[in-house]
Formats: sequence, C-alpha cells, structure tokens
Amino acid sequence: MSEHEHPSVVGQNRIVGLVIDAVLCVVSLMMLLPLVFLISNAFKTPPELLVWPPTVIPHQPTLDNIVSVLRETPLFRWIGNSLIFATLSTASIVSTSAIAGYVLGKFDLPGIPVIFGVIIATAVVPFEVYMIPLYLNVQSAGLLNTWPGLLVGYLVMSFGIFLIRQYVMTSIPDELLEAARVDGAGEGWIFLRIVLPLMRGPLGALAVLAFFQAWTAFAWPLVVMTNKDTYTLEVGLALFQTGFTVDIGRLSAAAALALVPSALFFSLMRRNFVRGVAASGLKE
Amino acid sequence: MRTTPKWLFPVLALLPVLALYGCIRVYPIIETLRLSLFQWNIISRRKPFVGFANFVELASDPLFLEAIFNTTIIAFSVVAITIPVALALAALINNRQGLRRSGVYEASVFLPHVVSLVPAAMAWKWIFDARLGPLNALIGFFGIPAQSWLFDPVLSLVCLIVLCSWQAIGYAVLIFLVGLKNVPDALYEAARLDGASSLQAFRYIAVPLLKPVMLYVSVITLISSYNIYAQAFVLASDVQGAPGHLVRVLVLDMLENSFRNYRVGYAAAEAVVLLVIVLILTGAQFRLFRDRSRA
Repeated sequence: MSEHEHPSVVGQNRIVGLVIDAVLCVVSLMMLLPLVFLISNAFKTPPELLVWPPTVIPHQPTLDNIVSVLRETPLFRWIGNSLIFATLSTASIVSTSAIAGYVLGKFDLPGIPVIFGVIIATAVVPFEVYMIPLYLNVQSAGLLNTWPGLLVGYLVMSFGIFLIRQYVMTSIPDELLEAARVDGAGEGWIFLRIVLPLMRGPLGALAVLAFFQAWTAFAWPLVVMTNKDTYTLEVGLALFQTGFTVDIGRLSAAAALALVPSALFFSLMRRNFVRGVAASGLKE
Repeated sequence: MRTTPKWLFPVLALLPVLALYGCIRVYPIIETLRLSLFQWNIISRRKPFVGFANFVELASDPLFLEAIFNTTIIAFSVVAITIPVALALAALINNRQGLRRSGVYEASVFLPHVVSLVPAAMAWKWIFDARLGPLNALIGFFGIPAQSWLFDPVLSLVCLIVLCSWQAIGYAVLIFLVGLKNVPDALYEAARLDGASSLQAFRYIAVPLLKPVMLYVSVITLISSYNIYAQAFVLASDVQGAPGHLVRVLVLDMLENSFRNYRVGYAAAEAVVLLVIVLILTGAQFRLFRDRSRA
C-alpha cells in the first residue's frame, strides 16, 4: 500500500486494522468458547456447574469427574479402538490410492478410462446410501463386532485415487519412468523406489484426511460394533451420554478427554485438509 | 526380465483394488437400488418384488416427509449461514495475512471443524440445556423467558443448524483463504491505481473470482448436511436413549426403518431418494461450472 507517502493513510489503516483484529478476536473466542467451557466443566464440582455466569477457570478444580468416568467406562479402550481402526483404515486407503492412482495415471490400457469412471462415480454416492446392504453382507459373513467387519466400510477412498492420479499425471514425468525401464528396472521396483517417494506430499495429505474420516466415523461403527468393549470412541461417547448419566461434569470429562488430543492434532494438520482440494478440484 | 508382458504389472496392481471396489462399493450400491424395489421384512423369507410401491408409500409417509423436510431446512440454512460468514471471515483473515496472529485466527476458526462430532455436540447440548445451560441464563439476562431449546420442534432445528454451521465454517474459511491467495496481486494493484478501496476491490475482484470456489463449498456443505446423523443423535436424544423423535433427519429415519422396523426394502428406497438428492446437487454444480467457463 501507499503507506510511506501518506501519513494519514497510515493512521486510517491502523484503525481499520485494529477493528479487524477486534472482530477476528471476538469471532475466534466465540468459536472456541463451547470447547473451552466443555473442558472447564470437566473440572468443576457439581455446585460450580450451576453458577451463573459460568466460570472459565474452575474455582475448586476437581479430578473427580475424570476419575469416575474412567472407572465407569472403558474410555481408554474406546480411544484405543478408534486409534487402531483409523490407523488400519488410513494404511489401506493410502496404499490402495497410491497403487491405483499410479496405474490409472501412467498406464495406457484398454478399460482404464472406464475403471476410473466407475471409481469416480462411486465417490458421488454417500456412504449412508449403501450402508444397509453392506451391513447385511458383513452380518451374513459373521463379521459383526470384528475388526474386518468395521474396516470393510473404510478400505478405499475414491477421492484418494483421484488425488494421486492427478498428482502422478502432472508431477511425475514419463521420461523418468522410461529411463528406469531402459536401465532394466522392473515395474514393481520403479513403483516402490521411484514413484512412491515422489508421492510423499500428497500421500501425507491423504493420510490426514483418511485418519480424520475414520476417527469421526459414526453411523457405520454404531451399527457394526455393538459390544461395549468394541465401541469406537465416538459411538461409546454417544451411547454414554444417552444411556448412562445426566451428570454434566462427567459427560464433559468424557468428551474433553476424547476431544483434546485429536482436535490439537488435526488443527496442526489443517493445511492437509485443503491441499487435496487446492491441488485437484478447483482449477477445473 | 524383458519377457514379462507390459500389461502384467498394471493388471496385477489394479486387481486387488478393483476387487475391493466391486465388493464394498459397486455391489452394495447396486444392491440398494435393487432392494428398493422389493418388500423385504428382514425376518421373513419371502421377498416379493413390488416395483415402485416403496416410493409411493414414502410419498405419503408422514415420518419420512418430516425427515426430508427437516433435513432440507437444515442443509440450506447451514449453507445460507456458512457461506457469507466464512467469506467475510476469510476476507478479514486474509487482510491480516503475514501477521503472526492470522495463524491463530485461522486455527481457532478451523478447530470446530476437526473436533469429533460427538464431543462437539455434547458441548452444545450443555449450552442449550433448558435447566443448566448458559444460553437460557444469557437470554434471561435480557428478560427473555427460558426456552426448552432441545425439546421444541422448531427450536431444536435451530440448535442443529447452529451446531452444523459452527462446524462447517472452519472448512469453508480455509478453502476461501486458498482462493483469495490465488487472486493475482496485479488485479488488486490495478484496482488500487484506479482508486478502488480495498472493500471495493474485494467486492468486484475477489468475489467474482471466488464464485466457483463458493459453489464448490456450497455443494459440499449441502451434501454433508443432507447426511447428518451423529449431531441429531446426540442433541435430540434424551436420557432414556430414545433418539431423534424431535429432529428426525433422513439418515436417522432410514436406519430406524431398517434396524428397528426391519423394513429393509423400504429403507433402501429412502437411500435411493437420498442418492437422487445428492445427484441433483452434484449435477447442478457441474452445470453451473460449465456455464461459467463458457461465458
């Protein structure tokens, strides 16, 4: 801007800037407030939960809520279940997307456009649409309440294949692959040693998306995992809050324990949430 | 080495992925379409073909109509709130770009999007709580009588819209920020030379360039709001665990028909309706995209 020539403009900009900062501070606080209260409620005694206005920092912080939640529910077990589920799902999505994206982007075989078309077409269909037949299959295979049964819904991600294919086509030169072939490298070696390391960036972004998707999955784990010990965190919490207690302190304790680590992790990883979109979708 | 045929690697590499797609995507989708034409009570062995009878019945099923009405209101309200608010926030954050605090703003606005649905809904459930919640205390301060937010059919819809918008805004802001950064500086420069204020530059340069991005975010938000379930499950369930008799959304109605009433064919017909809605929204997006690029 022309700040250097016109002192008056500098003053104006500074005021405008202050107003913008003020607005953004208020909005940021409002966005965070529900979570701040949730965490602080987790440490409040029953009488303090009734105090108006609600205190942000508890006067007499207590660990009772957390202790009793951990005694009443297998919360750590649910967290462990969610971690295992999300990790396995991420591993499967990253590897299937890497290999399929590479093949669909770099090999010219009859049928490849059709295959790609089908994969993209299924991406449009929300999971909820085909959840019931998938459930019936899992049920008749006797896989309810098992890891394979839970994972079945989250093994592939069409967006992942799309993302990797796009990246392979634009950022991995054919000459590189040809040179390796001329040198006598096998196709598997080329994929593992040359292509895979080059895809680290988009695969990392995809991994965060996949982990997030599995971590926040709700309807599918709710119907497939029906033992208290096999619940994922989301399902366990949701059923805990409908069935077991109305105690706000303990509900908040459970929710806060579940939320803090994952929310911090994902907000640090927030760039990964747009990288895929920025790389593929928007430039037509 | 050279004797292996060229097609061997791609075929072997694709086969497992294709097998997975066949089993866990294509087959269940086709099965949904097929089941929607049958009357199938999961306990009985008989599974008569009924044509479009399930759809005809849906058209006059008060619970389904209520679900589709609620879901539509929620989806469009969330978009109507999210897009303008997120655009304004993105513009303001973009204005502060380069300062350390812009990252803090960005992270705070984004955080609700990555909080898992259930803990987030639990946080809001306390806020809306009729007896203990701070919202009633706050409006009481202004002399407004306490409302039973989660037990009134209209107010509980409002609560769900607030919760879903709160979560959707962060994602939209993030995408808009990417879009704003892609606006060439030269355009702003030219506008400034022509004497445009930064507000005018935003209105007449950034907003038109962001249109495809706004369209994209709107459709994504609409589609994900049509699929909401966890939020309704948590917000609108009481201690006895009778979920959602207040805010009936599409997925909830579908799961109830399938798992509580055992009417699988009927639930599949509902799934098909959901699919048609999503297809229409996606188609509209593509059409608008194309019109725009032709113009």
